[in-house]
Amino acid sequence: MRKRIKNWKEITKTGYPVSLLSIDKDQLFAEKDLTMYTPHTQADRDAMLKAIGVNELEDLFQCLPDKGKFPNLELPDGISEMEALDELQFISSVNETPQELVSFLGAGAYNHYIPAVVDSILRRSEFYTAYTPYQPEIAQGTLQAIFEYQSLIASLTGMDVSNASHYDGATAVAEAVNMAYHNFRGKRRKIVLSNAVNPQYRETIQTYMKGMDLEFVGEDLDPEAGPDDLIELIDENTALVLVQYPDFFGRIFDLTKLSEAAHAKKALFSVHINPISLGLLKPPSEFDADIVTGEGQPLGIPMSFGGPYLGLFATKKQYVRKMAGRLAGETVDTHGNRGYVLTLNTREQHIRREQATSNICTNQGLIALASTVYLSLLGKSGLQELAKLNYHKAHYAADKISTVPGFIINPVQPFFNEFVVHCPAPAEEVNQHLLSRDILGGYDLGMVYPSQKYELLVAVTEMNTRAEIDYMVEVLEEEYHD
Amino acid sequence: MTEKTIFELSRPNRKGLRFPAPDVPLAELPKDFLRENLPLPEVPENEVVRHFTNISQLNHSVDNGFYPLGSCTMKYNPKINEEAARLPGFAHIHPLQPVETVQGALGLMHETQQWLGEISGFDAVSLQPAAGAHGELTGVLIIRAYHDSRGDTKRTKMLVPDSAHGTNPASSAMSGLEIVQLTSDEQGNIDLKALEAECDDTLAGIMITNPNTLGLFDENIVEACQLVHDHGGLVYGDGANMNALLGIYRPAESGIDVMHFNLHKTFSTPHGGGGPGSGPVGVTKELAEFLPSPVVAMTSEGDEQNPAFYDLLVPEKSIGRVKSFHGHFGVVVRAFTYMIRLGKNGLLGVSTHAVLNANYIQARVKDVYHIPYERLCMHEFVTEAIWEDAPGIRALDISKRLIDFGFHPPTNYFPLIVHEALMIEPTETETKETLDAFSDALMQIADEAKNDPDILLNAPTNAPFGRFDEVKAAKDLILRTQLPEDYGVI
Repeated sequence: MRKRIKNWKEITKTGYPVSLLSIDKDQLFAEKDLTMYTPHTQADRDAMLKAIGVNELEDLFQCLPDKGKFPNLELPDGISEMEALDELQFISSVNETPQELVSFLGAGAYNHYIPAVVDSILRRSEFYTAYTPYQPEIAQGTLQAIFEYQSLIASLTGMDVSNASHYDGATAVAEAVNMAYHNFRGKRRKIVLSNAVNPQYRETIQTYMKGMDLEFVGEDLDPEAGPDDLIELIDENTALVLVQYPDFFGRIFDLTKLSEAAHAKKALFSVHINPISLGLLKPPSEFDADIVTGEGQPLGIPMSFGGPYLGLFATKKQYVRKMAGRLAGETVDTHGNRGYVLTLNTREQHIRREQATSNICTNQGLIALASTVYLSLLGKSGLQELAKLNYHKAHYAADKISTVPGFIINPVQPFFNEFVVHCPAPAEEVNQHLLSRDILGGYDLGMVYPSQKYELLVAVTEMNTRAEIDYMVEVLEEEYHD
Repeated sequence: MTEKTIFELSRPNRKGLRFPAPDVPLAELPKDFLRENLPLPEVPENEVVRHFTNISQLNHSVDNGFYPLGSCTMKYNPKINEEAARLPGFAHIHPLQPVETVQGALGLMHETQQWLGEISGFDAVSLQPAAGAHGELTGVLIIRAYHDSRGDTKRTKMLVPDSAHGTNPASSAMSGLEIVQLTSDEQGNIDLKALEAECDDTLAGIMITNPNTLGLFDENIVEACQLVHDHGGLVYGDGANMNALLGIYRPAESGIDVMHFNLHKTFSTPHGGGGPGSGPVGVTKELAEFLPSPVVAMTSEGDEQNPAFYDLLVPEKSIGRVKSFHGHFGVVVRAFTYMIRLGKNGLLGVSTHAVLNANYIQARVKDVYHIPYERLCMHEFVTEAIWEDAPGIRALDISKRLIDFGFHPPTNYFPLIVHEALMIEPTETETKETLDAFSDALMQIADEAKNDPDILLNAPTNAPFGRFDEVKAAKDLILRTQLPEDYGVI
């Protein structure tokens, strides 16, 4: 059933590298080759060059070094739109999508339904071909969308304020660590980091904070440890306590004690969330979180092989000036009309340069808009329905899988839409077997947790039908019967 | 013109979207963790669509008018790019799928790495960084990792020219480096004497933007890179202005060691109202082993019978991961589509015409708008909006007046070394008629500034809104709205 992966050279007409052609400058500047996406006629060019006071296009580049000027790039010639689309369709068809396969893969990116309204708004080129709203008189569409995004994320997380977004969940978490570090002016250097935070996020934090000489504790605990096991690690040198909720293994824990312990030592407490889960679960504000981050991809954003996604970042009012990232604020224009502008710019790099706490320059604009439209459309009842649908399907799947001999699911800890299955064989093997039957089984935890080679992280969303779940269980039963 | 917010449109018990009823038995909900109140708006689909359509119409965008925003390269965004990124085989694949199920995506990424490498002269490219500033951070971390790997840990000084974008010093500071600012010479180039004075054994490197933010090709670039190399430092290139150089000059040629690209500027991917961008980083072969993980590699070339094989690899001394997964793949697909459409000569056509257009506007307005460093410019130029006979007028006023003519204003007050800067970047996709209309408007505004300055001071009058009270926004700090407290109470 599985498609043969074709040779890239069969696929691409633009195969790289192409033969080296001898350079002919006249040919290089020949009009026929220069008109793709440029509207100039020869008459335009002649008139413009004359106004500038030079004879030829090449004369515009007199101040460049001769060595290396007009390199003969080993690249193919251009192709038409029809040819390009044909080629891209072919390349994309080589990939196997969760629409062709049955997928239970999550671990930070989730296959959710994207309502038609979302893309129909994203395709409005008034939104997607605009840039950062530097001129608010002609950018109220973008600014109001950001203001509504901030409002929706604040309402969803239960926090006072949200910024206009970061690149993704990983960088949002890294910015939380960065904010905590700066909040204590570099005087507190310990970060208590749960190893049930997505491993890719933890790796990103390490990269971001390399220059800051921080001590990270908590990552070497047993993966089975819960948040309360982190309490004894918190001390007066702790800047931040960081956990995920539901955690990377899908588990839901009460974070009250951990939060109290962090605050008792005056450390900040940061919680990373899955936004869909908050349609059902208590928001992190109920655990008195100081910072809430999240991966916004489940909110109407295609998986798109890992990006672009959306970094959610919300905090309490007293920390708003410590928070990095764009912010839209409400004000009035000269006629007294309500509108929005980018505000608190003085925190940002273009004013503070090296004094800024972060170098972030933009937000995820269009992706934040996608989540804004998504949350507006689903609203209260839609998100509640969706969260419950995910919960019920995941629990059905967990129950069914645990009927297969040798497959065990932790019966104690509540979970949302993702859970760990202990397998009778290495998870890698189970996955290979499932893939041979067109199923993306789940995430092999052994890839990042050496002690977890038999553990498979399985995600179930509204996209998985009962028939799909039953099919996976059937395939498991065939292979792993008593 | 004020539009209601989505919260103001909410009415209890309205629904925008329904999901199918559960096809599985209901499980017991976790009663200790249930949320009591979910204060999200309740708006029907039609109203949601109207709301966002209405607010979209308050935006100026490339698709409804000229957008000469300097340093941002607001070129036309080809529609085919949007179709390509939405092909199901690209839009719906999971980043953690086994590599054998995503060979098309990996192949496309590998090919994009090769194209960017060939265009820029760098030996290896990572597509992981999410935006320009993110690419800068990545590049500076690579420079640090390089020095550290040689035990050369005292190199903590990063030089940044005074004309640099604010992200440059911020990115270096985030990497724990100490910033020293360098002045420019009278021609707007790096001042080689000032540079030499800072070259010592604590030098980590220099961050150079070329063409620089004045829109000028730095005539000292080769000497500057040589000087930094001679003293053991590395050169970071800010590729924000790459739209001037496609097929014209490869930045690696001048001695730059690491550079980021802005796919959302140079390679026509949409700016999206502020994102998502994409900031791939190119490096020389000496730095390839420090690239962020993972990079896409062709692990088997394949032959007539066997397919080539692509994999995600972690470079040996990688600085680590700078975000989750493999970069902004959806943006990469758009940029790849653009590049293969243009091909070798089309890329050259982009940059030659970008430079032609910028020089044309400069030539048309320079007698009235002072050009502080008057040379042929590259893809953009900077003027100083100061006239002795129009003392009350600032760059901001000229910008707001341009709105009345239907143009997006240029970048204001940047670079910081030019007073009342107006930074104009027309891009290659604009016609001569548009450039003429814009130049005519600038000339008329200069005239108004001297003879009837109130027109400028009161501008814009032909826009959905007048000028906003930014002081009030920062003072009141209203950063959100929400459902009213009595919402749903009858």
